[in-house]
Amino acid sequence: MALPVAFFALFFAWPVAAIVARGLKVDGAWQFGRVADVVTQPDIRHVLWFTTWQALASTALTLLLALPAAYVFARLDFPGKQVLRAVVTVPFVLPTVVAGTAFLALVGRGGLLDDLWGVRLDTTVWAILLAHVFFNYAVVVRTVGGLWAQLDPRQEEAARMLGASPLGAWRKVTLPALVPAVAAAALMVFLFTFTSFGVVQILGGPTFSTLEVEIYRQTSEIFDLSTAAVLTLLQFAAVGAILAVHAWTVRRRESTLRLVDPKVTTRRPRGSGQWALLAGVLVTIALLLVLPLAVLVQRSLDAPGLGYYRALADSDGGTFLVAPIHAVWTSLQYAAAATAIAVVIGGLAAAALARRDAGRLVRGFDALLMLPLGVSAVTVGFGFLIALDKPPLDLRQSWILVPLAQALVGAPFVVRTMLPVLRAVDGRLREAAAVLGASPWRVWREVDLPLVRRALLVAAGFAFAVSLGEFGATVFIARPDNPTLPVAVARLLSRPGDLNYGQAMALSTILMVVCAAALLLLERLRTDRTGEF
Amino acid sequence: MHNKTLVAVAVGLGLVGLSACGSGSGTSAADSKTVTLVSHDSWAVSKNVLQDFEKKTGYKVHVLKDGDAGQAVNKAILTKDNPQGDVFFGVDNTLLSRALDNGLFQPYRAKALDQVGSAYQLDKDKHRVTPVDYGDICVNYDKAYFSKHKLAPPQSFADLAEPQYKNLLVTENAATSSPGLGFLLGSAAQFGDQGWPDYWKKLKANGVKVVDGWEQAYYQEFSGSSEGRKAGGDRPLVVSYASSPPAEVIYAKKRPGTAPTGVASGTCFRQIEFAGLLSNAKNPKGAKAFIDFLVSKEFQEDMPLNMYVYPVLEGAKVPAEFTEYGPAARHPETMAPEKIAANRDQWVRSWTSLVLK
Repeated sequence: MALPVAFFALFFAWPVAAIVARGLKVDGAWQFGRVADVVTQPDIRHVLWFTTWQALASTALTLLLALPAAYVFARLDFPGKQVLRAVVTVPFVLPTVVAGTAFLALVGRGGLLDDLWGVRLDTTVWAILLAHVFFNYAVVVRTVGGLWAQLDPRQEEAARMLGASPLGAWRKVTLPALVPAVAAAALMVFLFTFTSFGVVQILGGPTFSTLEVEIYRQTSEIFDLSTAAVLTLLQFAAVGAILAVHAWTVRRRESTLRLVDPKVTTRRPRGSGQWALLAGVLVTIALLLVLPLAVLVQRSLDAPGLGYYRALADSDGGTFLVAPIHAVWTSLQYAAAATAIAVVIGGLAAAALARRDAGRLVRGFDALLMLPLGVSAVTVGFGFLIALDKPPLDLRQSWILVPLAQALVGAPFVVRTMLPVLRAVDGRLREAAAVLGASPWRVWREVDLPLVRRALLVAAGFAFAVSLGEFGATVFIARPDNPTLPVAVARLLSRPGDLNYGQAMALSTILMVVCAAALLLLERLRTDRTGEF
Repeated sequence: MHNKTLVAVAVGLGLVGLSACGSGSGTSAADSKTVTLVSHDSWAVSKNVLQDFEKKTGYKVHVLKDGDAGQAVNKAILTKDNPQGDVFFGVDNTLLSRALDNGLFQPYRAKALDQVGSAYQLDKDKHRVTPVDYGDICVNYDKAYFSKHKLAPPQSFADLAEPQYKNLLVTENAATSSPGLGFLLGSAAQFGDQGWPDYWKKLKANGVKVVDGWEQAYYQEFSGSSEGRKAGGDRPLVVSYASSPPAEVIYAKKRPGTAPTGVASGTCFRQIEFAGLLSNAKNPKGAKAFIDFLVSKEFQEDMPLNMYVYPVLEGAKVPAEFTEYGPAARHPETMAPEKIAANRDQWVRSWTSLVLK
């Protein structure tokens, strides 16, 4: 427990506090009066309002489109299901720059829809909402679908035998069991869209701005650090509230359900209703998730003889000091280090949280661990720069800074994946082994390890994919001469010319393939118990 | 439990260690034979010119390009106690006061300063910054559009608000883009502190479109640039630079006889870029040598075709394409840095609520 706490104090709380203090402390005195000044500005009020309503709208739209898919993945069995589940998850770990660009290529000027029907959405809020669905579809499918698959269908059948109508049985039996999972998924989607950065930055143009984008503008462009600090605190409060509610729904779910192996709950689609549902879900996935990715791949191939890919190995482009392909290797190394850190920190935290004697304080830490997911990556990045630059912790010149920031985002995923599994390890097994004379080391090896190994691998895989795609904090601290994949993509995109654009598409495609491969491997390792986001 | 912890830590540290071996930590900036330059993404120099400097002085130059100009300045200010390099290049007259007021630089008088035009020396008394280049932010027009519609291209700021130019202009967000800010400052210099909001109300009513950055405006929306044509850009007027037309000629696949775009000469605002020796630089000696290099004839003459700006050194030759297709504006709008400092943030805020909301 001590290690994760120290880690978060040092690499999260302190840098964030440092940057907030930089903005709000004048001659040693805190200027909390600024809070009132800032929130009464009409522009800021507009930002707060837009942030909230677009998050609500995005969440509603995501639930609407993804809940049928959650059902299909949970209850129906069809060929290619595993691959499809991985495909659905790819967008979630893609860097927003890449997804934003894919959407621009789809709905923007000169995009596919523009070419076909003259439809352009790039300056409307629809582009933002659709991109949010693209990203968060998997959150609903995995969180709700994962649980749904484990609900015993016989309970519903029993209700029917007792005379309930199909709808009635579903409403009385399945729905109540699902509500906490739906709520948890909705809250996570709300959290991710509330703090949306890259999507709004790229697709929103100058008129739409979320709190997170505004923090970035105030810090990085207008250099009004005190306004940025106030906005950071506001976002902190909002995220804290969302997470508190989330933790509460998660706890409720864990205590009440009896779960079964998902293998016994699925079957081939039957009846026209189920076939239609399956078809509808497949069409939605094809249009909303696969199409943007396909446009990306198509544009990366839009030069004779894989020209854009070959250009990646050329260092004379002038954008970087190294060949862009070098970023792939840099990214893999960073992500490996970040994964190691996230697994150690998140694993230890999950182990501490899973103990039955864990007190209130420890459980409060659970929510705290999730905070990095919702706190401005910009704030964290700048905080790193100004807080970690003096001995004994002068890390600014060090490569480890990037993996540390990525691990902050990866660790919550490790905790969320490991926690349910660790909680499910039956303490009596350990006791029995000990009684039979096993040493503690042997108990761990023979009892715990086999049970948690797969979860550990899944957690590591997720942390790896998320680290690979992390953009917001990395963009501030990555050494400019040693960019990661997402940073390289963003830099190429901001340069003129077909070649740079094509190279950005090619790098994005590589990133997507690596993420998809990692996720496909994970699908083979899926744990019996559900992990959620 | 304890054993599990230990093993996990051991495994984790092992992994970290392994990957540490792989990536190494690059060059160390503190060594006295290296000069580290911090700049924005537009920094560029010919390889042989830089190698010449390295050979002559024995310094190795390490370049950190850090986002666009505004971001690079802000990040440099945030990290000034322990800077990322020795020299900063790329702070312009619109942001100069922010850098100076925050103590980003320490004084150094460049050797060739006497041969630098005095109009560019905005920190004459203290020499905390050295002028390196200048450029003019001007409205560019698409020649083909105006000849096709038998319409004279606009000449002045006032023209842009005329009904015949309705829905033709695209500009950049003054809050996030330096040409956007330059254009706003140019209009303020033209119409005065009180008059510019009215002018922008007229521009808004006349259908000006605002996008976030120059890339988007020039490469997506503007019908005159080759990328913009490909992207289906439909705005024949864009806020860009006086040096954009030569770029259209030089970068064209098949060199045209004349530039496809022109500059509305009465809409220009002069931007001057500076370099400075960073406070707390680890290699001040190397930094000084590098600043001297930036105003040397060799660098000044190499610069135009790399960064599309004009040299500040008297007698430095400018490429023929520049004089032919994109001469610097004869009477650009200018504004004293103190005046910009006093008004910039307030103006940008008013502009944002006036034009964007």
